[in-house]
Amino acid sequence: MEFKFTEENLKRIELAREKYPTALAAVMDTVYIAQEQNGYISNEVMEEIANVLGIDKVYVLSVVTFYTMYHTKPMGKYHVQVCTNVSCMLRGAYDIWDQVKGKLGIENMQVTPDGKFSLEEVECMGACGYAPMVAVNEDYFENLTKDKVEEILDSLK
Amino acid sequence: MEKIVLPEIENLNQIDVYIAHDGFQSAKKAFAQTPDALIDQVKKSGLRGRGGAAFSAGLKWSFMPKSTDKPKYLCINGDESEPGSFKDRQIFEYNPFQLIEGVIITCYAIGAKVAYLYVRGEYHKWIKLMQNAIDTAYEKGFLGEKMKETFGTQFSCDLFIHKGAGAYICGEESSLMNSIEGYRGYPRVKPPFPAQKGLWGCPTTINNVETITNVPPIISKGWEWFSKIGAPKHPGTILFGISGHVNKPGVYELPSGVLLTDLIYNYAGGVPGNKKIKCVIPGGSSMPPLRGDQLEGVKMDAESLKEVGSAIGTGGVMVMDEDTNLLKVLLRITKFYHHESCGQCTPCREGTSWMEKTLHRILDGHGTSNDLDLLVNVANNIEGNTICALGDAAAWPVKFMITRFRDEFEKYVNPNISLPVPNKVHSMRQTAVPLEDISK
Repeated sequence: MEFKFTEENLKRIELAREKYPTALAAVMDTVYIAQEQNGYISNEVMEEIANVLGIDKVYVLSVVTFYTMYHTKPMGKYHVQVCTNVSCMLRGAYDIWDQVKGKLGIENMQVTPDGKFSLEEVECMGACGYAPMVAVNEDYFENLTKDKVEEILDSLK
Repeated sequence: MEKIVLPEIENLNQIDVYIAHDGFQSAKKAFAQTPDALIDQVKKSGLRGRGGAAFSAGLKWSFMPKSTDKPKYLCINGDESEPGSFKDRQIFEYNPFQLIEGVIITCYAIGAKVAYLYVRGEYHKWIKLMQNAIDTAYEKGFLGEKMKETFGTQFSCDLFIHKGAGAYICGEESSLMNSIEGYRGYPRVKPPFPAQKGLWGCPTTINNVETITNVPPIISKGWEWFSKIGAPKHPGTILFGISGHVNKPGVYELPSGVLLTDLIYNYAGGVPGNKKIKCVIPGGSSMPPLRGDQLEGVKMDAESLKEVGSAIGTGGVMVMDEDTNLLKVLLRITKFYHHESCGQCTPCREGTSWMEKTLHRILDGHGTSNDLDLLVNVANNIEGNTICALGDAAAWPVKFMITRFRDEFEKYVNPNISLPVPNKVHSMRQTAVPLEDISK
């Protein structure tokens, strides 16, 4: 499947490129932009990133496979991330984790058949004082109870 | 009580409000002095890094070469991935302009023209808030070319945000630089230190967000004022993030050297259900844990915590009550370091995985006393044998949790053991705030 950046995104990449003295440094920003446009980073996407930045594809690959926030396969429309690290765990994060798993019927890093939800057990998100927490795509939901989690998941259409 | 980093002023994150409260006056004052004079003041103020190592900020700045034909860089570390640490986001949200002013002053002091603020990728919301603040600062002439006009100086600097993508290791300074350069976040071998060869091989200084935010008040109110706040050897206020089993978790800005028990029982409202405390990790998950019966008299500053066998780290205090299963806590911490190990150094890559497997075995009921010794042994073989401090960070919790709570862990491998009277190993404090006053 061929992948091309939209005009608007090419402009955003140009802006990212201007922040740094080298093109390579803009690779992380560019991967983010690509992921936003395509949903995940496939081989074709990596190739196009390399083309646009004028860098070797292997650099794109090494970054995409190192950082956990880049996905190499499609994720759900709502990517549900449950923090289970110590501070959250002390306040019942594993109960929330089991609840979300049960409700969505999927395991870690899986996607529901309708493509609506994907689930990830994440490491500390920096919300320790407001534990337990769940992040859906880019939004944090903090100070959760089981009822609130239920409410949040139900509200995602 | 005076708040330096997060003053209680409404809408301080609006530039007009910030300016009305003497915002950017300290930068003005700084530009009237030589860079060396600024470095000297920060050195004398005793400001120490808030990112974990508590290294003297002024001293760090003074390592930057004075004469070089290469560009110099400033990196501001807002990766904030240490479990238990959630303070930098408060600065992004509530006091972004003081951070920006700190960046300007620091850039001027070390001679950098470009600064990169590294923020963890998960902080989408705070990156947007911070980017808005930076855009506003550019617009109003506090960053970029327009600075020259605003401040009537020849100096100008740029500030860019670099968004991380979910790697704990990028909080390590050399790994952070690799990440900015567009590589995998692999730590670099030191020396050369960043001040000699940092970003793109150029002299670079890396400071924590909170450290930089402390700079403007030091310049405007003077180093003497700052050096008198809190513990003499680690002066100033610290943003303590307290989490876990407390009634009022959150970030509290308090003078360094505050009593740990004060922090837990007076500020954070004590332990839910008035339970006793089994264990406290005083500075983020990688710092050695303290036993509940060791908490009395412990002060929260770098030197005092060193004396009791722990460290200030990022000031992220995690409190665990008497019913906590420390084996599960330790397993979760070890799982984290196993997941976040970058894989460069064998002791860390293999050791973290070993420790996790061994802890799993104990949790599954197949552990023996020897496993506890094995865990300490593996931890000892990681510590000091890796390029970066993640190895130590992974080793310390295992080593100190098991040695300090050996009685508990013996019980996990042999459930027939009966522990001594629990009251003797737990902090006996009662919550100072009446429970009904604590809003849920």
